[in-house]
Amino acid sequence: MNLLALLLLPTVAGVSAFFLRDDARRRLVLLLTAVVHAGLVVATWVSPPAPLLDGWLLLDRLGQLVLSITSLLFLATAVYAVGYLGRERRDAHQDFEEGLLFTNAPEATFTACLLLFLAAMTLVTVSQRFGLLWVAIEATTLASAPLIYFHRHHRSLEAAWKYLLICSVGIALALLGNFFLAVAASNPGGAPIPLVLDDLIHAAGHLNIPWLKAAFLLFFVGYGTKMGLAPLHTWLPDAHSEAPSVVSALLSGALLNCAFLGILRVQQVCVAAGLAAFGQELFIVFGLLSMAVAAVFIAGQADFKRLLAYSSVEHMGILTLGVGLGGAASFGALLHAVNHSLTKAMLFLVAGNILATYQSKSTAEVRGVARVLPVSGALWIAGLFAITGSPPFAPFLSELTILKGALDQGRTVIAIVYLLLLAVIFVGMMTVMLRMAHGEASAQSTDARLPETAWATVPPAVLAMLVLVLGVYIPPTLWTAIEEAARLLGS
Amino acid sequence: MTMWVDTTLVFLALTSILLLGSSRLTRCIRIVAFQGVLLGVLTVAVHAHAVTLRVVALASSILVLKGFVFPWLLSRVLRDANVRREIEPLVSYIISMLAGTLGLAVSFWLSTRLPLPAPPLSLLVVPVALFMTLAGLFLIVSRRTALMQVLAYVVLENGIYAFGVGLVQETPMLVELGVLLDVFVAVFVMGIAIFHINREFDHIDADQLATLHDWTP
Repeated sequence: MNLLALLLLPTVAGVSAFFLRDDARRRLVLLLTAVVHAGLVVATWVSPPAPLLDGWLLLDRLGQLVLSITSLLFLATAVYAVGYLGRERRDAHQDFEEGLLFTNAPEATFTACLLLFLAAMTLVTVSQRFGLLWVAIEATTLASAPLIYFHRHHRSLEAAWKYLLICSVGIALALLGNFFLAVAASNPGGAPIPLVLDDLIHAAGHLNIPWLKAAFLLFFVGYGTKMGLAPLHTWLPDAHSEAPSVVSALLSGALLNCAFLGILRVQQVCVAAGLAAFGQELFIVFGLLSMAVAAVFIAGQADFKRLLAYSSVEHMGILTLGVGLGGAASFGALLHAVNHSLTKAMLFLVAGNILATYQSKSTAEVRGVARVLPVSGALWIAGLFAITGSPPFAPFLSELTILKGALDQGRTVIAIVYLLLLAVIFVGMMTVMLRMAHGEASAQSTDARLPETAWATVPPAVLAMLVLVLGVYIPPTLWTAIEEAARLLGS
Repeated sequence: MTMWVDTTLVFLALTSILLLGSSRLTRCIRIVAFQGVLLGVLTVAVHAHAVTLRVVALASSILVLKGFVFPWLLSRVLRDANVRREIEPLVSYIISMLAGTLGLAVSFWLSTRLPLPAPPLSLLVVPVALFMTLAGLFLIVSRRTALMQVLAYVVLENGIYAFGVGLVQETPMLVELGVLLDVFVAVFVMGIAIFHINREFDHIDADQLATLHDWTP
């Protein structure tokens, strides 16, 4: 019942948001859905929900982890969104970058897409059937593309178009991967193995190896595009920088994990079929490549939302690398998925506050955030230290676990490259983001100053607290859950 | 019934080559619509030994959606956009067709490299499906109008569908319909996006959508 409620709640709320005419009521629906969804997710930790549809829908530890992050971030962004939608202007207003006039998409469409996006992501986390997983991941693209085009000007349109086309093509390749997997599971001389995760793992010995390998490659390319792994990340900085910050937070913190989950599901099958090393080598190569590409673009980045977007490419690289190394590093990677999501969502929400006050995304124009916006400024600096992996914040712990995993296996070269890239990114982000926080505030910013409302500061502040707490103390429930999830990946 | 399967597959490959050499957008839409009809026929032909209600329902929804709804939707977008031809493509039509022929050869070679676990219904399924996928990818990167890119996406998806229907017999209905729904919504959303692109820029040249980049020159 719980699973059904988790899926139906955001779907029904999303559809009804389309038709609600009253803004206040629609915002209430958004908030209530977020709260109830989070409550239902908490309930899954108390008692595991029963599987549905012959085990097609089932919440295992991996899914539960991703679902919990998604639900928590959705709650934070929903609260933020209520404040955000309240301060957005209805009539045509000036675009601060080029001075052109533009309007916003109707708020009803925005809220509806936001809720349907949650529904699609929930479906991703509970799908055990590969076809259904594909349908859910493509649905996340379709529900989120209109969100990117909320501010109706040509830059956000360009970003939404690139996102839609690149991700749809990538995911189409993953569909081909589904069919390849079906061929691999056709099991001549017996009944074909159903494409459900558990069945595939149990009957892994009967899978046709060359087709399974080809399927893995297609899945990796397809879902890797959606996850933002270099060199298929090109849509990501555009989409994250042009979308409203609320949406960027969800894209970066929740959606990328969902795509990663898609890759992990195939890896689970490969591990069971004795092909663990085949996927792991690819994970390591593309993980390090993503980190390197991110490092290049972070250095000297002129747009702070793009900076955060490239940082997401980097962290997706770290996750992939961790799973590629396996063993303790897999545990580190899953822990890092949690830590990165919380930190990055928090940073995007703060970036939204900065953007609203300064009316600029340029790292050169924004100065003195700490003075103009005391709360956001403090959170910005805390987030900066957290995301670059400084103690005592949580990402430090998980990045260290991955490093330790690499060293324990005697893979010194990988460990050195990993550390070097982390150091380059650390310096790159520090120089840009610290400069924004300090210094004299530019005149324009103090004129247009918005009071920092609770809507805008409490959600990122709560996320920041969580990042800090997780850096010092990981609750035993979470610890065992991540251990069990890592075991599903064969380590 | 293998003859029907083979015939539709040959037509699918031919229409893809034809598309590679076509510049008038209405003609391109018609070619892709014809592919949709062919896919509907293919669905029935593959299951000819046991035509169930399920097969008929699936085939007719494919036929209606890809053969009529998509073309209608895209023609409307085209009428609003007031464009007739593909703008000077990045790769000329002659070269595209040559590349297509080469792609077909490569697909046949690839299909010999991946031996199927069980003998397929038709030996043409894998090469033709791979070829359509490649043709779709090639068109997406080599054509400039947003409309043509959507058509290319549909061709890519058609190829993947042909692969699935030709080789995998037991895809559950729920998944089939889910995939179809997703593709429908994708084309629908892309159509809306083109409508907005046209209104915002007065053209649908996706190649000119290049404001967003990292270093300002």
